[in-house]
Amino acid sequence: MSPQPRALKVMNVLSVLLVLVAFLLAMFYAPLEKVMGEVQRVFYFHVATAWVGMLGFIVAAVVAVIYLRTQNLKWDVIGLASVEISLVFFLIAIVLGSIWARPAWGTWWTWEPRLTTAAILEMVYLAYLLLRQGIEDPDRRARFGAVYTLLGGLSVPLTFVSIRIFRTIHPVVIGGGGSEKMSMTGSMVGTMLFSIAVFSLVFITLFWHRVRLGQFSDYVEQLKMKVTQ
Amino acid sequence: MKEIAQTTRPAGNYMRAVMAVTWKDLAAELRSRELLSSMLVFSLLVILIFYFTLELDVKARNGITAGALWVTFSFAGTLGLNRSMAVEKDRGCLDGLLLAPVDRSAIYFGKAISNLAFMLIVEAIVLPVYSIMYNVNLLNLGLIMVTLLGSIGYSAVGTLLAAMSVQTRTRDVLLPILLFPLVIPVLVAAVKASSGFLLALDISEIIPWLNILIVYDLIFIAVSFMVFDFVVEE
Amino acid sequence: MRCLLRKPKVEVEIGMIEVKKLVKRFGLKTVLRGVDFQVAPGEFVVLLGPNGAGKTTFLRILASLSRPSLGHVSVAGFSLPAQSASVRQRLGVVSHMPLLYADLTAEENLQFYGRLYNISAINERITAVLDLIGLAHRRRDMVRTFSRGMQQRLAIGRAVLHDPDVMLFDEPYTGLDQDASEMLDDVLKNVAAAGRTVVMTSHDLARAEELGTRFDILSRGVISASSTRAELGSGNLLTFYKQALAG
Repeated sequence: MSPQPRALKVMNVLSVLLVLVAFLLAMFYAPLEKVMGEVQRVFYFHVATAWVGMLGFIVAAVVAVIYLRTQNLKWDVIGLASVEISLVFFLIAIVLGSIWARPAWGTWWTWEPRLTTAAILEMVYLAYLLLRQGIEDPDRRARFGAVYTLLGGLSVPLTFVSIRIFRTIHPVVIGGGGSEKMSMTGSMVGTMLFSIAVFSLVFITLFWHRVRLGQFSDYVEQLKMKVTQ
Repeated sequence: MKEIAQTTRPAGNYMRAVMAVTWKDLAAELRSRELLSSMLVFSLLVILIFYFTLELDVKARNGITAGALWVTFSFAGTLGLNRSMAVEKDRGCLDGLLLAPVDRSAIYFGKAISNLAFMLIVEAIVLPVYSIMYNVNLLNLGLIMVTLLGSIGYSAVGTLLAAMSVQTRTRDVLLPILLFPLVIPVLVAAVKASSGFLLALDISEIIPWLNILIVYDLIFIAVSFMVFDFVVEE
Repeated sequence: MRCLLRKPKVEVEIGMIEVKKLVKRFGLKTVLRGVDFQVAPGEFVVLLGPNGAGKTTFLRILASLSRPSLGHVSVAGFSLPAQSASVRQRLGVVSHMPLLYADLTAEENLQFYGRLYNISAINERITAVLDLIGLAHRRRDMVRTFSRGMQQRLAIGRAVLHDPDVMLFDEPYTGLDQDASEMLDDVLKNVAAAGRTVVMTSHDLARAEELGTRFDILSRGVISASSTRAELGSGNLLTFYKQALAG
């Protein structure tokens, strides 16, 4: 396995440092929000991770189509990496969302459209991983994975729309629902944008690592083949 | 000697193949009735279970009728989809279908239509039974239309996913896991629209749901048709 | 037994199989490593080889059920996978699975395949084929009630229904009793006599020796040896086979 490229090593360090910086910004630099208090600070990371998870989702769907057209297995590793990382980021976003919701609205979970859609998306990802697990042949695994990602890429936006309509026609009594617009001051906006940028960097770093891992494991498989044949 | 195989227009051949696959599924099922009977018995059991587990009074029950029906149809639907594909896989018949000199998507349409037919047959029996058991009038034109639209979307995606899941190690178990997250727009829209028709709401409140159903059906029929090749080729 | 297979047309390309440098990989595993294979119209090639050599994979590629990873394949003048539909119209395949629907009758099974292959005057054709394979008396019986031998016969009926120019048989004798095997011998001889091009894989060397005009050995992913019937002489197939594998 080739050693980590210099750029990747730099990104490793930067990611860790910048996340710390973002954390400090969120905790100390951003002003205290008057309605929700301290817990609102969770919001910065919540939005950032959700946003980046979204990025992963879009990348996965696009790469699925590219794979189906080119039948080149390298796109499969990229798709898998996107899904796995997006899965984790959305999970973090959901958990942070719960942490925010509890003190703010007295409940761990709200059925608001984005949160619900995120949960459904996690189910789609898990189904994707289970699907892959049940297939031996790498080509078929990649093809089925790509098809399912494509279907998910189309279905999840529709799910979001349908839940949105669901909620506007029948608003649920649980307070607020978490989609209220907060008016944000300059420093809040700054913190949020910075968080989004930092997590995008983290995403790319993790993504690069994951793709390398995928390539390395393919190489190991190849060696195994040579030894046993 | 005369020509054995006549080349008709490609479109004629395609339709003939689609109809052949559908007819084959329906004819075989009419003989054995295994698929339909298991779907039907399962549906009726689920409806009974709802009664005992949810312990609803008449008023509350009316509110959840649409939901109960669609839960039933979704679960029974997976039984049908699994069975229908398993038949092809077990006897290697899928190869027989793939050897036909016709575009692979014809197989998809043939199977999707027969799967839809099975679902509709079960629904046609369950709806009156539910009506009688729970004293709710379900013979409502709007409800029937919604059931049709929802079943179309469900079968379109379900047939494609069943073709995939039948080729994996985990087979039957995997289909619901793959299907349910993708089919949520159908469930949400179908339940809301059904309730709307049952409660005789104003049509303007029901239209958004119908739109979602129609959009979903169109998108997924188109995509499944385009992507089916990738699922059956080797 | 009446032979209801018409004589092939005179064109050179019908019935010819051409395979050049065929490679088939499943992920990292290479099953076929550059197979070269030609079959002229009317030849009856028996493909032999140990289990796992790739015979079934090879046949599936010829049958257009599997795509080549690399290399060039053409059957009956049409290239695969680009012109698969044209190939399939001229191809009849019999594998060790019967490819029949248990809950349909023999007649219904043939009607189904007849429609898929877009055959005109289906019912007459079905009658003719059922006579050929000796199952006319079981026309309206469900395939579920057939013995293995009868199912294999019906499978052959299905394969010749659309009067293909090229036929592929993958271990067709598997699980057949003596009667059924003899019936299959007859059908295969008829097919050969009518000038059809046949590729058959088999473990049954005795039968192979009787039927084949050429014998190829597939071993470790390539055709390691090939011999025509004339070159081989009679009774030498087993020796030839063992030598080819040892080398």
